[in-house]
Amino acid sequence: MEILNALALFANFVVVPATAYGAQLALGALGVTLIFGILRFANFAHGELMSFGTMITILVTWFLQNMGVSIAPFPTALLALPIGVLAAISMALVTDRMVFRFYRKQRSNPIVFAIVSVGVMFLIAGIIRIVIGPADQSFADGQRFIIGAFDSRRALGLDEGIAIKQSQLITVVVTAVVVAWLFWFLQKTRSGKAMRAYSDDEDLALLSGINPERVVMICWVIAAALAAIAGTLYGLDKTYKPFIFLQILLPIFAATILGGIGQPVGAILGAFIVAFSEVTVTYAFKKFLAYLGPTDWAPEGLVQLLSTDYKFAVSFIILVAVLLIRPTGIIRGKVI
Amino acid sequence: MSFLSATGMTGGYGGTDILHDCTITVEKGEVAVVVGPNGAGKSTAMKAVFGMLNLREGSVVLDGKDITSLAPQDRVPQGMGFVPQNRNVFVSMTVEENLDMGAFIRDDDGIEETKQQIFDLFPILGEKRNQPAGELSGGQRQQVAVGRALMTRPKLLMLDEPTAGVSPIVMDELFDKILEVAKTGVAILMVEQNARQALEIADHGFVLVQGRNRFTDTGEALLANEEVRRSFLGG
Amino acid sequence: MTKRVALLYGLMCLVLIAIGFLQSWNVAFGIFNLCVISAVMALGVNMQWGYAGLFNVGVMGFTALGGLTAVLVSMPPVGEAWSVAGGDIALSVLSLVATIVAVIYARRVVPPALKLPVTIILLLAGYFLIGVFFGPATDAIESIDPALSGYLGGAGLPVLVAWPIAGLVAAGAGWLIGRIALGLRADYLAIATLGISEIIIAIIKYEEWLSRGVKNVTGIPRPVPYEVDLIESEWFISLANFFGANEVSDAAGLFVKLCYAVLFVVVLAIIMWFAERALKSPWGRMMRAIRDNRDAAAAMGKDVKRRHLQTFVLGCAVCGIAGAMLTTLDGQLTPTSYIPLRYTFLIWVMVILGGSGNNWGSILGGFIIWFLWVEAEPFGNWFMTTITAPLGEQSELAQHLVAGAAYMRYLMMGAILLVVMRFAPKGLIPEATNRSTAMTRSS
Repeated sequence: MEILNALALFANFVVVPATAYGAQLALGALGVTLIFGILRFANFAHGELMSFGTMITILVTWFLQNMGVSIAPFPTALLALPIGVLAAISMALVTDRMVFRFYRKQRSNPIVFAIVSVGVMFLIAGIIRIVIGPADQSFADGQRFIIGAFDSRRALGLDEGIAIKQSQLITVVVTAVVVAWLFWFLQKTRSGKAMRAYSDDEDLALLSGINPERVVMICWVIAAALAAIAGTLYGLDKTYKPFIFLQILLPIFAATILGGIGQPVGAILGAFIVAFSEVTVTYAFKKFLAYLGPTDWAPEGLVQLLSTDYKFAVSFIILVAVLLIRPTGIIRGKVI
Repeated sequence: MSFLSATGMTGGYGGTDILHDCTITVEKGEVAVVVGPNGAGKSTAMKAVFGMLNLREGSVVLDGKDITSLAPQDRVPQGMGFVPQNRNVFVSMTVEENLDMGAFIRDDDGIEETKQQIFDLFPILGEKRNQPAGELSGGQRQQVAVGRALMTRPKLLMLDEPTAGVSPIVMDELFDKILEVAKTGVAILMVEQNARQALEIADHGFVLVQGRNRFTDTGEALLANEEVRRSFLGG
Repeated sequence: MTKRVALLYGLMCLVLIAIGFLQSWNVAFGIFNLCVISAVMALGVNMQWGYAGLFNVGVMGFTALGGLTAVLVSMPPVGEAWSVAGGDIALSVLSLVATIVAVIYARRVVPPALKLPVTIILLLAGYFLIGVFFGPATDAIESIDPALSGYLGGAGLPVLVAWPIAGLVAAGAGWLIGRIALGLRADYLAIATLGISEIIIAIIKYEEWLSRGVKNVTGIPRPVPYEVDLIESEWFISLANFFGANEVSDAAGLFVKLCYAVLFVVVLAIIMWFAERALKSPWGRMMRAIRDNRDAAAAMGKDVKRRHLQTFVLGCAVCGIAGAMLTTLDGQLTPTSYIPLRYTFLIWVMVILGGSGNNWGSILGGFIIWFLWVEAEPFGNWFMTTITAPLGEQSELAQHLVAGAAYMRYLMMGAILLVVMRFAPKGLIPEATNRSTAMTRSS
């Protein structure tokens, strides 16, 4: 019984939140890894692209809420999300046309791309802060919990319950659908294969008559769509804060490199490893151990490996470990 | 006029010319081979034919059509298939996907048929169709590369040193396959280090020295030519 | 110096002088001081990017480290904290040293296959061992008069001593991160430095025993006189009268700013002198050779990774010094004010605008960009008020847009960066050599 209680506690505070967080990171990392694979640079504007898509979703959500439109028990944001996705795609295509295409024609060094992506980051960050402001915004409505802590305690007959927020379930379901579609697209469709071919060998893809501009366009469309979805899910699950999207770049990059650059499967694996490490390392195991130990015993202190303030350190340590031990990542990625 | 006539090609990558008034021609169903010492501009001549080099002078005419100003990727739909020397397969993709990529520009119904013909020509590819090309041996990779180029249904197939780094047995096998391809009416242009073996299967040979045509004749005649043998075939 | 350099510098001076006449000399010198600090940071980044082509996205971290050093060197020690927790702190440090020694020793003796697991186990054991002493120590320290101190304090040395030490500390951090990330693909260095800078900020924010965290450290001792003392001293009042100042307090503020300006300019001049000498030395030529063609340089027997590490560490040191100067000028350390857009990416805009690889360009870039960054706010306000004028003052949209006007500066910086990269990739003052620069070389 005590063991089951401990497991339920662990599931409630580690497994469930880490799964949702991992799914959100995975969507972001997939976009970054696609851009790495096709355009061959680290896109520092990706966080802001996520933020931008989310912002539009929030604005449309507010509009719908004002109009009295609702799809309760689901959050209205789901209804607004397609518009956010379209907005992110437009932003990505416009920046590609106005900024990145020029350097592609010049065949510039990847670092030059990274630097201009910083310029794009500034621009999008400015637009976001002017339009919606720098403050927190909440836009989640609909039912909050699928399974409440109380219900699950009773159902399981335990002292500890496993609560699942609706946003977490939605995150996981949406991610699963999107990822399944993405893999079907990459493996089975002509355009998907062309993307993989281009990522594998640009020159040979050219010799096969693959149009590079088309591949790049599809890449941006997918990456931006994933970014808007990821940002919105993250915002539903937590809250929307514009500044968080620069910080979230770090776990996303860590997941990308951990998985192997340009490897979609790796990006997903990497994202879940980063998310689970982060949540586990910053979880206080005091109560968990108390259940496992003798009756009426509890460890002194919180038994927390790292304070939650340092969750970025987890991504960083993972990143450093990968760079030191296996720079190609879990799934041997391209060293572009 | 020949099926492919690249005449008077002069040009290079930067300031200095590598090719000087170089001419290469191929007929349908024939194998033409470009040989010469190291640094003679063999691969450069091939790249010039394919448009990967800016020509100052000269022209490239394929099947009566002047394609001198076309970019390489635009020459593929015109019927040119090119097998580069290095990095000529998509290593992360399966054999079959490599072939599919070759057929990328086609939208007719015959793709499966062409694929079957390639599997007939290179049975090993059929066996390993679901394996990533990066896991194959050097000779098998060359077959994938040739297969990928053939999927475009080229009228002219160009191979840049297809036998580089493969064993003599595999080389003979590969040459046999190339002859088979030629028999179907495809013109073949090939750059080769293994000059003697290549000239043995060639209808025409072009000996280049320092970017210029030095000897041009049938393969047989070149093999019989005392000077060619002494200077370029090692006696 | 060419005519172009003199012209651009002259223009910048005129603009600052114009601010002096139009707004006030206090404002002009306030901007000038921060311009100089920005210029020092830009010099540091230029050493890394311009000399060696290294993409450091962690400038903020090294700057903050410099700021922290200023606090730790100059603030008076909190005696009570040391007496309560000194023993535990000492034991923690001892445990840390023991862990490091154990790891190094173990890695020498165990077979290669076991190296990694043994290292991890030892590190974890050490981590918990340190925690045993460290936890109580920090609790004790932080509970001492939390509203006023609650931290260990500093060494009580003059703040000027902190500047070179800040350079050393930042250099140490740079060395660590450089050892790991240099020699790999350039993007990796960027991401790794982004990470280290976030961690440094997190440490400063949350380790209250060290830096008081978000409670901020204020009242850092100044290297220059205080205004309150000045307005009461005879000589200053007579000096102010001599120059015909209307208000003695204004004059005092200006005088303090002038003192800072002199100090900062001296530091800038020293760093500039070294930077220019280094660039023109055989070492500098080699650096550029490596940057322009890494493979060729490696083939010629140059130890590329080692050279990169050298420049990287030097650049970090300069950023650290600038960070200490900034904290000294502010008189306080406010961890929450460190955001990457302001402390990392803005510096990049300075370097790119000024001209990658050219130190004179970096200084100019530092001046121009800081000036625009400051002046973007009034400009943004004016712009937003003007374009929203037709909407009327009551319009919510208008109010919202005016409220967001401060963020026009982000748009402006993004636009400057993109325009310069596109149309003048060599910047305002291009690198002196006629060889291709880092910006235009293709992959």
